[in-house]
Amino acid sequence: MNKPIRNLAVACLVLFLALLANVNYVQFVQADDLNAKNGNKRVINEQFSRNRGPILVAGEPIAVSKESKDQYKYQRTYPDKGLYAHLTGYFSYLYGRGALENSENQILSGSDNRLFVNRVIDLLSNKQPAGGSVELTIDPLAQKTAAEGLAALGKNTKGAVAALNPQTGEILAMVSQPTYDPNSLASHDFSKVEKAWAQLTDEDGDQPMLNRATQQILPPGSTFKLVTAAAALEKGVVDGPSDKVKGGTSLSFPGIDYKLVNENGSSCGGDPITFTRALSVSCNVSFGDLAGKIGQKDLAEQAAKFGFGADPLAELPLNASRFTAGEADLEAPQLAQSGIGQYEVAATPLQMAMVAGAIANRGELMKPYLIKTVRSPRLSILDEGEPKTFSQAMSRQNADILRDMMVDVVKSGTATSARINGVEVGGKTGTAQSTEDRPPYAWFVAFAPAKNPKIAVAVVIESSDTARDEIAGGRLAGPIARSVMEAVLGQ
Amino acid sequence: MSGTSTPGWVPRKRRGTELFLTSMAVAIVIFAYVSVGLGTHGTVPAGAVKLAIAVIVVAAATTFVIRRLAPYADPVLLPLVICLNGLGLAMIYRIDQDCPDSVYCLGGNYEPLANAQLMWTGIGLIAFVTVLFVVTDHRMLQRFTYMAGLAAIVLLILPLLPVIGQDIRGAKIWINIGPFSFQPGEAAKICLAVFFAGYLVRHKDALALAGRRVLNIDLPRGRDLGPILAGWLISVGILVFQRDLGSSLLFFGLFVVMLYIATERPGWLVVGGALFVAGAYFGYLAFGHVRTRFDAWLDPFANADDNSQLISSLFGLAHGGMLGRGWGQGSPELTPFSFSDFIIGSMGEELGLTGLMAILLLYGLIVERGLRIALTCRDAFGKLLAAGLAVSFALQVFVVVGGVTRLIPLTGLTTPFLAQGGSSIVMNWAVMALLLRISDQTRRPAPDVSAIQSDDETQVVKLPSGGMA
Repeated sequence: MNKPIRNLAVACLVLFLALLANVNYVQFVQADDLNAKNGNKRVINEQFSRNRGPILVAGEPIAVSKESKDQYKYQRTYPDKGLYAHLTGYFSYLYGRGALENSENQILSGSDNRLFVNRVIDLLSNKQPAGGSVELTIDPLAQKTAAEGLAALGKNTKGAVAALNPQTGEILAMVSQPTYDPNSLASHDFSKVEKAWAQLTDEDGDQPMLNRATQQILPPGSTFKLVTAAAALEKGVVDGPSDKVKGGTSLSFPGIDYKLVNENGSSCGGDPITFTRALSVSCNVSFGDLAGKIGQKDLAEQAAKFGFGADPLAELPLNASRFTAGEADLEAPQLAQSGIGQYEVAATPLQMAMVAGAIANRGELMKPYLIKTVRSPRLSILDEGEPKTFSQAMSRQNADILRDMMVDVVKSGTATSARINGVEVGGKTGTAQSTEDRPPYAWFVAFAPAKNPKIAVAVVIESSDTARDEIAGGRLAGPIARSVMEAVLGQ
Repeated sequence: MSGTSTPGWVPRKRRGTELFLTSMAVAIVIFAYVSVGLGTHGTVPAGAVKLAIAVIVVAAATTFVIRRLAPYADPVLLPLVICLNGLGLAMIYRIDQDCPDSVYCLGGNYEPLANAQLMWTGIGLIAFVTVLFVVTDHRMLQRFTYMAGLAAIVLLILPLLPVIGQDIRGAKIWINIGPFSFQPGEAAKICLAVFFAGYLVRHKDALALAGRRVLNIDLPRGRDLGPILAGWLISVGILVFQRDLGSSLLFFGLFVVMLYIATERPGWLVVGGALFVAGAYFGYLAFGHVRTRFDAWLDPFANADDNSQLISSLFGLAHGGMLGRGWGQGSPELTPFSFSDFIIGSMGEELGLTGLMAILLLYGLIVERGLRIALTCRDAFGKLLAAGLAVSFALQVFVVVGGVTRLIPLTGLTTPFLAQGGSSIVMNWAVMALLLRISDQTRRPAPDVSAIQSDDETQVVKLPSGGMA
């Protein structure tokens, strides 16, 4: 009977080897995945008992862990309440993490591999492991100015501001209204947190947790004419600012009963008109016509070069801007509408700031970034944000032509509200129609100073307390863009 | 191995080895207990010295008892078991520190369990000594073959009876006698092993040789197979009614394995395997709770709310990682039944991959020693009994650890020596006593001329007569 017993011994060995291999799989191979799973109380508990690293703006914390007296050793606090809410996100026991608290969690919680040596030292010296800090590129004055500008339009205003440095891609301001107080979600009073969460995520509410600067894609209206103009120059459809393009009051399409008209049915002042004038008066007819001449493929390509369809900012939740919703070929009227930023074209304020920035930066689009430095708990620098080129969106010469045309728009066109004394400013307005039953979206993009750009900014007002016929990009959004630029330029 | 008993060769008793290993095991246990105190409260537990002395005294007494009652017994088993039992106690004591404040432990009605477990360990040791004392020769158990079979059936029926039977979490495997509740299935396992061994020894030739050959498999005659098949059917039937999957699988495995050893025909494994697959499929179709378990195994996160226990165990294992959180520094109280069914998850969380692998090796060594005893045993009954007990132990560990670590679907079986629960502790100590008794019998010097001159005359006479039974 020994042979079966020997065989069974081998079988038992196999069973135990399977158990050993499996625990290795779970505790070693799979461990990181399991630790990162949502609702893993052990990891949450540990992180709540840890000194989580701060998020800083200009050296001041905008998210910081303070010692607390309850069962969790630290309370995450956001001193500026709603001002940076969409950047920091929230750190909640019940609902996890949002925005930078989530994307930079490894560093903030101290579990990043780059902090390995720190952890070993903490372990040996019997200290609580602490998290590293993350410093942002935000200019606090620009951020405050942008938030105040939006708030000044009334408490029902929905809108966003995105500003960046065109030469580096550093994000200088990012504001979304309405906002929320992340302290209400970080609280250790869980019943209050539950109530706050229910209110913030109410489907019928104002969606205050939505970052309208990166997540909300809206038709950019006339601000998209910059992309169309860039494509027209790049493809040689027009050669220069004084080239003649189609003007007049309407654009008709052979065999189709549809006419593309200007806003309020006005004329662009002659037919043909110069390219400069077409942009200056934001002539729909001209750009609708140009879009047809450029063609869908080339226009879409130009949009992609400006960042449409991409996710250039991994640190924050972002919806990619789009030129078309699907793959289908556009009909001639649809292509004309797309050329003026209507039909299925939709963009985020960050995207439109990138467009303005690339034009100001001689056609070179810098990849936007939000994190300036990542430091260990001992303040040694682990990582630094570096300017990176996203693409050469257009040639230097063409970019300069378009830049000067935009300066002209501010000097004598539709964007005069962005004028700053003594500074050359380029800009473009947009007033995008949505549906009949809701007010249009007011857009404004601008940069300054034109020859050595320090800031490019995009503002969108989704809705406000303003009467419908009062809404125009220049009037509502222009002054906000100007004050943010002034804040950055120190005027 | 019986051929090695050449004249003049006297097996070593190796009681010194046992004492050395036991002192190591005791040191590990005391260290674990002190670590729990340091990990949870930052201080050495108040009764640490007293407890340490008690553990040392009990361990020393146990080795002394073996020295007297089974001097040639395997020297490794006892230290292994003391180590596992002690680690289990330390973990239950550790869970006692945090569980009363956790809603996950018995719905917030948790009362400390370490003292009860300590008491059951004492009863287990008494059972261990009693078995060694009463069963002076394992072959005497062969006389109780049918009685053991009957006892197994009665034990399995008990929980189904009104009044004393108790339904806990859908499984009717408990009985209540006075203040104590008991799982008779654990005792039934030993009775069944004795019954199978006794019956198969008597009928193995008929089972192996007589009968027809169908599809390359030799099927025995019905009358040879009848009683054992009936016994198996009844036990499995009861288990289906009791809805205890784990035991059902364990008993079936025990049955097939012992049949294979007795007949030396691998065909039985094929038949058994096919029956098992068919049974599992039937169970999957027929019983909702089997289906739930199976789906939870495939993808626990698909239905995270229902599988929170398994998920919590996996989270604990992952949180433990390579080296573990350390005694008292994890959160085993987040997993329901972290002190019994899921104690392996608690171990993995606080002792890490390293500790869990060490525990698995301890279990593996117990199985290895058991199978070694079966190999060297000189009589068929002892071989069958030792192999049956060892393999069923291996199966039980595989099923419960595999379930908790999501290697296989989760089934309800106790984790031998670690899990909180009296019947399991007591019966497993009894199993170890049986294995030690068989190994003592095996390694004891064979009767020869020099043995006759010794004063222990009765035993010399007894050996051959027992072998004839």
